[in-house]
Amino acid sequence: MTSSNHSGAHGAVIADTAAGGEAGALVELRNAGKSYGNIRALHGVSLTVHPGRVTCVLGDNGAGKSTLIKIVSGLHQHTEGEFFVDGLPVRFSTPREALDKGIATVYQDLATVPLMPVWRNFFLGSEMTKGAWPLRRLDIERMKRTADEELRNMGIVLDDLEQPIGTLSGGQRQCVAIARAVYFGARVLILDEPTAALGVKQSGVVLKYIAAARERGLGVIFITHNPHHAYMVGDHFSVLRLGTMELTASRDRVSLEELTNHMAGGTELAALKHELSQVRGVDVDRLPEEKDLTAPVAAPGEGTS
Amino acid sequence: MSTTRHAEPAVGTPPAPGRKESDGRTTRRPLALRLLARPEVGVFLGAVAVYVFFLVSAPPVREGSAMANILYQSSTIGIMALPVALLMIGGEFDLSAGVAVIASALTASMLSYQLTMNVWVGVVVALLVSLGIGFFNGWMVVRTGLPSFLITLGTFLILQGVNLAVTKLVTDNVATDDISDMDGFGQAKKVFASSFDVGGVQVKITIVYWLVFAALATWVLLRTRYGNWVFAVGGSKESARAVGVPVTFTKISLFMLVGFGAWFVGMHQLFTFNTVQSGEGVGQELIYISAAVIGGCLLTGGAGSAIGPVFGAFMFGMVQQGIVYAGWNPDWFKAFLGVMLLGAVLINLWVSRTATRR
Repeated sequence: MTSSNHSGAHGAVIADTAAGGEAGALVELRNAGKSYGNIRALHGVSLTVHPGRVTCVLGDNGAGKSTLIKIVSGLHQHTEGEFFVDGLPVRFSTPREALDKGIATVYQDLATVPLMPVWRNFFLGSEMTKGAWPLRRLDIERMKRTADEELRNMGIVLDDLEQPIGTLSGGQRQCVAIARAVYFGARVLILDEPTAALGVKQSGVVLKYIAAARERGLGVIFITHNPHHAYMVGDHFSVLRLGTMELTASRDRVSLEELTNHMAGGTELAALKHELSQVRGVDVDRLPEEKDLTAPVAAPGEGTS
Repeated sequence: MSTTRHAEPAVGTPPAPGRKESDGRTTRRPLALRLLARPEVGVFLGAVAVYVFFLVSAPPVREGSAMANILYQSSTIGIMALPVALLMIGGEFDLSAGVAVIASALTASMLSYQLTMNVWVGVVVALLVSLGIGFFNGWMVVRTGLPSFLITLGTFLILQGVNLAVTKLVTDNVATDDISDMDGFGQAKKVFASSFDVGGVQVKITIVYWLVFAALATWVLLRTRYGNWVFAVGGSKESARAVGVPVTFTKISLFMLVGFGAWFVGMHQLFTFNTVQSGEGVGQELIYISAAVIGGCLLTGGAGSAIGPVFGAFMFGMVQQGIVYAGWNPDWFKAFLGVMLLGAVLINLWVSRTATRR
């Protein structure tokens, strides 16, 4: 994996800088927070993204997941704590700046412009052009060809790239957005609930792309409120609750039940245990009791070595 | 952890590349239906229908000079309908477009006359004022996030009042003074309001500008990054911003483009009639917007063309002059427009539904 070599070398360089972030991390948030007026949406959140790893951010509605990714993707600015990219402190004022740093975000609902053709959506904001300025124009042939190739590489075959992207299914649209991010050299891929509106099969397709992106050496931030999906692909899990970090642990230190427990928040455990026993065939009797489920809250960044 | 059968992480093999050439779920609709689904084609057929109607019912229309007149009338609407259409594709309205034309003409006329300067000074200042009005509209819309309908309704009222009040204050009259004997007038008239001879028929230069601007707008819309951005900010502003499209720049520049159009038409009126009536222009903005809508631009933004409004403007010009040539009472014009607008919108809706079904 070339990117891990790259980041290794990079880490050696920034190891000397005292004020920098953790070595080898693509993106690091340290005690970051965000307030909207007198509402504190996010507080004291630490998160590290490494190349070739999937960091899952879980949380129920209103837990602060969206705020978190909006900070990383440059739509909002953090109001407390620190934010490092490649070990250097940053503060993005537009999504363009985040994109230029290789941080690409695939949004659940606003990934694409529905009325525009597939190929125009694929290249929107980063169009290929040819010719000198007064006559600089879109290189339509090349864009269509490239979009078709890239989508085929991801296993998406479309008859007509001219069809408005709104006519595709939700899963296909997510995949187009992911393929686009991968193509444009994203090093960090943020996926905002990519499976939320999808059926089982389409979710599987999206999860496969997440794994594929990880294999290509990208750092992935996978936002979801589905612990099952997270546990399929995740290397590191962070659970947000009411704007703060409730749990952060690497895969080998947390089980699916613990994740689910933290997501549900203990009180609904019994109901969930019951649900799990039906859905996943888990032996409920052998599940740990609630008091045993207090998961070790790992220090931020732990489990990365 | 050992007690559960949690899923293994998905295997990291990239998904298999597609083998088949197509997913086999879409069938190509016949060419005729696909063409009919395009709003530009619908409005073209509408324009042809109106043209044929007046060819039959108003014999003078068949003459070349009448056609030149109709095209001229269309061009004065059409030149403004183009930027208004682009703005609409970009998801915004400009209700101040009509009075902005007069504001621009008044600025040029009064500035040159009162300071006894070359008219070109007035023309350039008027351009700056028009672009400034456009910038103000765009900036307010982007900064406040309010609907452009409200913001430009405000500018519309402001300009309407300022046009009248300032003109009365400066000239003690509702119209500006005749500037036809001032320095540079002949030159400026050549640029903005001349006509040339084609086979014995006097053709106004605005027709040429109109078609050139339309071709330029079509090219920009379909073949440049900027055009891509216009569709994107109109289709989904948030998505566009998220993938790195400069939404603020695109929106403000579209409003400024309307300002440019207003300046151009304003200069044409000034150098055609030598004076400007300060109370004019009210209601014109709705004509421009109607021409854009008849031309197939989506009222909510994100879809449309530059060629559609050309046919839309032609329909309006045709009706306006056709009524005169047919010898009917010109008061019927607005009623005709309303019927045409409703008819065009209904036909567009019906056609696109029939053609996109199946």
